[in-house]
Amino acid sequence: MSDTVLLDAYGIAKSFGAVHALTNARLRVRAGEVVALMGANGAGKSTFIKIITGALKPGSGQVLIRGEEVRVGNPAQARKSGLVPVYQEPSLIPDLDVTDNLRLGDTPKESFMKWVEELGITDLNMSDTIGELPLATLRILDLARALASEPDVLLLDEMTAALPADLVERVLKVVRQQANEGMGVIYVSHRFNEILELCDTASVLRDGETVGDLTIEAGVEERAVELMLGQKIELGERKITTDLRAHSGNPRVKVRNLAIAPKVTGIDFDLYPGEVLGVVALEGQGQDELFDILAGFYPATSGLIEVNGKSMSFKHPADAIAAGLTLVPGNRADALLAQRSVRENIALPFSVRLPTWGALKLRHERERVQFAIDKLQIDTRAEGEVQRLSGGNQQKVTIGRWLATGVETLLLFDPTRGIDVRTKRQIYPLVRELAAKGASVLFYTSELDEVSLACDRAIVIFNGQIVDVIDAKDADEQTLMRAAYGLTSREGVA
Amino acid sequence: MSLASADSMMVRVGRYLKDNPVVPLLLFLFLLIALLEIMRPGIVTPYRASRDGIVSMFWVGNLIKFAIPLAMLAACQVLTMLTAGIDLSAGIVATVAAFVCATLSSIWGVAPATIIALLTGLLVGLVNGFGVGIVRVHPLIMTLGTGLITTGCLQVYQRLVINAGSEIPAFLAWLGTGRTLGLPNGLFLFMPFAVFILWLMRFTGFGRLLFALGSNEKATKLSGVRAWQVYLALYALSGLIAALAGLLYLGMIRQTSLSLANPLLLPSVAAAVIGGTSIFGGRGSFAGAVVGALIIRVLDTMLTLMQMPEGARTALFGAIILAVTAIYVRLTDTR
Repeated sequence: MSDTVLLDAYGIAKSFGAVHALTNARLRVRAGEVVALMGANGAGKSTFIKIITGALKPGSGQVLIRGEEVRVGNPAQARKSGLVPVYQEPSLIPDLDVTDNLRLGDTPKESFMKWVEELGITDLNMSDTIGELPLATLRILDLARALASEPDVLLLDEMTAALPADLVERVLKVVRQQANEGMGVIYVSHRFNEILELCDTASVLRDGETVGDLTIEAGVEERAVELMLGQKIELGERKITTDLRAHSGNPRVKVRNLAIAPKVTGIDFDLYPGEVLGVVALEGQGQDELFDILAGFYPATSGLIEVNGKSMSFKHPADAIAAGLTLVPGNRADALLAQRSVRENIALPFSVRLPTWGALKLRHERERVQFAIDKLQIDTRAEGEVQRLSGGNQQKVTIGRWLATGVETLLLFDPTRGIDVRTKRQIYPLVRELAAKGASVLFYTSELDEVSLACDRAIVIFNGQIVDVIDAKDADEQTLMRAAYGLTSREGVA
Repeated sequence: MSLASADSMMVRVGRYLKDNPVVPLLLFLFLLIALLEIMRPGIVTPYRASRDGIVSMFWVGNLIKFAIPLAMLAACQVLTMLTAGIDLSAGIVATVAAFVCATLSSIWGVAPATIIALLTGLLVGLVNGFGVGIVRVHPLIMTLGTGLITTGCLQVYQRLVINAGSEIPAFLAWLGTGRTLGLPNGLFLFMPFAVFILWLMRFTGFGRLLFALGSNEKATKLSGVRAWQVYLALYALSGLIAALAGLLYLGMIRQTSLSLANPLLLPSVAAAVIGGTSIFGGRGSFAGAVVGALIIRVLDTMLTLMQMPEGARTALFGAIILAVTAIYVRLTDTR
């Protein structure tokens, strides 16, 4: 780390109407330094990032890049001055292939390919259409593209959110290497283990204000959480009390020999009423397909799905919902009506069936929506348009919808992806509560510690098959990780 | 909100306009009318007119009268645009409904003729809905196609009934040309119609689904909505509305022709867009479209008064619509 300041933003304030997104934010990145930018839901992180990258004009304050008083007016200019962001959502054009996307951004191809391989993607074909590649690959391509443009400062926004563990490791390694060679990195993440591994310092935002700069060292998590929340709160912990033998009744969902060409070759499991069944898998092991099938997007190639003892074949999500199975998808954008109000978003399932097409039952609707809002503590200050809410609040809306409607079996696909600690900690007890009231939950998670925080047991999928079933009390991260990599686990675990 | 900087004022104004899109449109409408009054004193207000107030009532009545069929066809566009669609067959459907009604009235009587005319619209709408909802043809192409097919069928049909003559049903003539207290009788049809559309859009499950489909079809599907059902009902309704508008227009013009209401099609799209309906779906207002229809009619009068040649008038008309829409979109698109 040297003393050259690459990026210096200070006194940044920004308001949207009545909402003060930022009041006094600052950030300084030196050459060779990896700075974690942290903050809870709605702390103003997204706005701050947009201002740093020049996508938004600050209400007041200044952003300096390389010490020069550059007033960043637009993203292109920020890019030219050496700041390159990699956003949470892939910024590649889905209908074009890889080559054409590179051409659009004037990215040098050789250097790009070098980074792609360095980052652990070996099977990339330059003529692949972007829209057909898995999300994890797209994120890697985005990063490779950013690295190929040789930035001074790299901004990574929840870079690892959709990545499997092996790719996460690769990414962290490569980014660290680059930092050691003099690049500055802003690392936006909710994952402490990655921040501990990668970052030098952390800058914490709370309610639009930078409230502290921390040096990363052992035990910094407590301090960071404290700063983010503004008060001391313990990290989530759960006493596992559920006795699996309690599930002695009939399974609510019974899956046998389920195959979905070409990825899934054989999945069997039972999901009982009152149970939260975790699903653990590295990216692309067939979990996406499993959830799609159960949600009714298309029928399985072969195998049996029984719900409450009746054999099912779903052709449309409406069929699955009729059988009590509802999906909260991994990508919030797939579930939300961005321009509509919180209320309309939550009440959407109310008007689905033909007999409900007539006059709305406004009182009933208001009561149910308010119930969900209260239950999830959704921040409704910007309730007129869901797209104005923070990511965590948006996620709450996608879950709240089914809370208001009522649900028998909830399929949660990575429900805490990219959201802050506080919201996560509200979601786990909620899932437990749903289960306690008799619902069944299938809970795919890309964060291994969530198995012990929210689940009763977890199935581990590897290469399209279930390779292990692990009780929550045995589900430490090493065990899960070994299983997820398809390593024989039982001998290794005492 | 503590200090309102210029920036946030703009944003606030934008938000307000976005939530109340009709307000600036109404202002613009009144501005145009005022301008008209300056161009031709006495046309709107009676005070400076040489004759009495009846003159002005007559003009306002006329304005409303001719805006009604346009606003009804604009309803077709608003409803379909909510789902990111469009109904380009609405004009010809209106024409066909009018033609069928006029020709069949002299053969089978007024009531069956009217019903068959409405059913014709419903039929074309169902075909549109089938194409859009089930075969998944783009609405632009689908309704363009059915529009052309319908045009062809109309010509064949005309050969068949060429000797039967035509008759304008008396109740349609009353609706179309009669006045009550200086206001056109068409309002007796239009007021309940408008209330129905506004209610449909805001207070029914069907209306919610239209907005939802236009905002995010995948999310809507995920919530269990079978989109084809909504599309089928939507385009059927649109066809029915177009037929109804055609019948009213028949009573207004009191003539049959093979292209009676066709010229209303593009202005109906313009009225919807001026009224703040997004062609990309998910956002729209029928009240806005009604004001849009009135604005188009006032502009029409204005350009006629300026005694411009037809070509320049049409070109200017297009330019004004573009300008109004562009300004309006800028104003309401807050970031």
